[in-house]
Amino acid sequence: MPRLSYRKALNRALADELARDEEVFLLGEDIRVAASAVTAGLLKRFGPERVRDTPLSEQAFTSFATGAALVGARPVVEFQIPALLFLVFEQIVNHAHKFPLMTGGQCAVPVTYLVPGSGSRTGWAGQHSDHPYSLFAHAGVTTVVPATPADAYGLLVSAIRCDDPVVVFAPAAAMELRAEVGDPVPVPLGRGRVHRTGDDVTVVAVGHLVHDALAVADELAGEVSVEVFDPRTLYPFDWDGLLGSVARTGRLVVVDDSNRSCGIAGEVIATVVEQVRLQALPRRVTRPDGAVLPFAPALDRAVQPGRELLRQAITHVSKDG
Amino acid sequence: MSGADPTRLYRTVRLIRRFEERAIGLVRSGHIVGGIHPYLGQEGVAAGVCAALRPGDVVAGTHRGHGHVLAKGADPARMMAELCGRVTGLNRGRGGSMHAADFAVGVLGANAIVGAGGAIVTGAVWARRRRGEDLVGVSFLGDGAVNEGMLLEAFNLAALWRVPVLFVCENNGYATTMPVADAVAGSIPARAEAFGIRASTVDGQDPAAVHAGTAAALARMRSDGAPEFLEARTFRFDVHHTFEHAVRLDYRSPAEVTRGRSRDPVRIAGSRLSAAERAAVDADVEAVLETAVAQALAAAEPDPATALEYLYASGLTARTGGG
Repeated sequence: MPRLSYRKALNRALADELARDEEVFLLGEDIRVAASAVTAGLLKRFGPERVRDTPLSEQAFTSFATGAALVGARPVVEFQIPALLFLVFEQIVNHAHKFPLMTGGQCAVPVTYLVPGSGSRTGWAGQHSDHPYSLFAHAGVTTVVPATPADAYGLLVSAIRCDDPVVVFAPAAAMELRAEVGDPVPVPLGRGRVHRTGDDVTVVAVGHLVHDALAVADELAGEVSVEVFDPRTLYPFDWDGLLGSVARTGRLVVVDDSNRSCGIAGEVIATVVEQVRLQALPRRVTRPDGAVLPFAPALDRAVQPGRELLRQAITHVSKDG
Repeated sequence: MSGADPTRLYRTVRLIRRFEERAIGLVRSGHIVGGIHPYLGQEGVAAGVCAALRPGDVVAGTHRGHGHVLAKGADPARMMAELCGRVTGLNRGRGGSMHAADFAVGVLGANAIVGAGGAIVTGAVWARRRRGEDLVGVSFLGDGAVNEGMLLEAFNLAALWRVPVLFVCENNGYATTMPVADAVAGSIPARAEAFGIRASTVDGQDPAAVHAGTAAALARMRSDGAPEFLEARTFRFDVHHTFEHAVRLDYRSPAEVTRGRSRDPVRIAGSRLSAAERAAVDADVEAVLETAVAQALAAAEPDPATALEYLYASGLTARTGGG
């Protein structure tokens, strides 16, 4: 089976959707030269009308995309740096997201915001290392964080075809992954995936942390049987899928690259304990409250949710109760 | 270039004037909650600009947006119903005064965030022209918006990518209570000229002058595709927002208000009609608004069970907030 890199999967999804639908076009900084590599070859194939390099005007080109979407286009806006989403939070949350309701259903805003390289890239320090997916889930904007090349392809395709705004976070720590993928296919939004079945503990892992969870599950295989659940879409969340898993295992750990307060891990735990009587207190492994990633690599790693903390959390939960 | 029909201009400014006066009455009586930003005094701008547009052209308005919506051709009855939060409103009671929209007549929406409309209408015009449609767009904005970075970024994109958007600055002298002289370094048209955008200034109190300035700009835009900027000097006759009817804010002297109100767009437009012509228009407008108010107040309020309706165009269902 051919091997597909995560980065190439995003590239192929963009190319396939540009080819399939004339209304799809790309906007972003340095996309003509594919600074993030996900737009490689697209300018040559589709031309500058559909692969539009932008000046450094994030707020204007994000709202430009909103306007184009209001009249039927399907823009994909690339942000090379996750913190740029803070700059356009207003344009996405207060405009694009709110227009369908505020107009009483007169319009749709089918824009995809693609962040190829979210979270830490080690050494990019405080202003380039955030992973702000929980903010968008909180605001009610469809939010996806693919963990694998196949899901990167399939979720980006579904995001572009969705009639609502969708933010696609491609974690920097997953961008170099390769996997054997046949013909990649669309993956439905809002549907999770069990990467590994287990009986004792359900570990919910977001984005690149799926691979850490799988590694820890392997290490602990003799002691604890771990089920790894990848929500893939954080909003809308696949609650039925997760509740089914937790109903069997009775124990829950969440590993999430958000700051602790109001991160998606808190929402996952709250929703589960409202509906399932767990056999042990749940645990979460997250960035600390108010995390600002320090520059030095050891400090950068120290504030990210790592395997050792996850191992401890799983062991603790499996012995509790 | 032909001048606008004086009867049409008068009818539009009169309609907006009386619509706003009726709306203020409904704010006072409690039928409109949350208040409004009255367009009183600025009617000539929306009337003059929209008279020069074609039906397929699109506009984006502001928080002081009733005039733009009415002048572009929305049904006053459905607009009034929207302000009253009724299911028959333009936005089915989901938008209200600051978000009124009517996509069927090219109104992409009033917008409660100052300076936000410019980039949105630029994107909409660009996307439709890419399909081969021949249209232009108008972004209405106030003098406060010229200090918003996202609007200046929109100027740059529209000029750089040659998107024919007319940025109409309704300079009424105040951003809420902040005078232009205390807020704007340099001049307002120079903001646009810095991006290579042609800019002109018109007397916003005379709808015929606004129409002439707009028509000239649109002719140039339709021929070369470039954006333009039109500053309309105007005066807000009443409050920034109706909350000021209860809380007096001290920022304009009575003399300044009297002077400003002496140039009334309704009177200026009306002076070009005979007394009989005026009376006929006035009677028609009163009848339209009488029906509009009666229909609005008779219409149903939305069912609370439908509060999440239209949240997602994709059909996604949100969880409710209950326990």
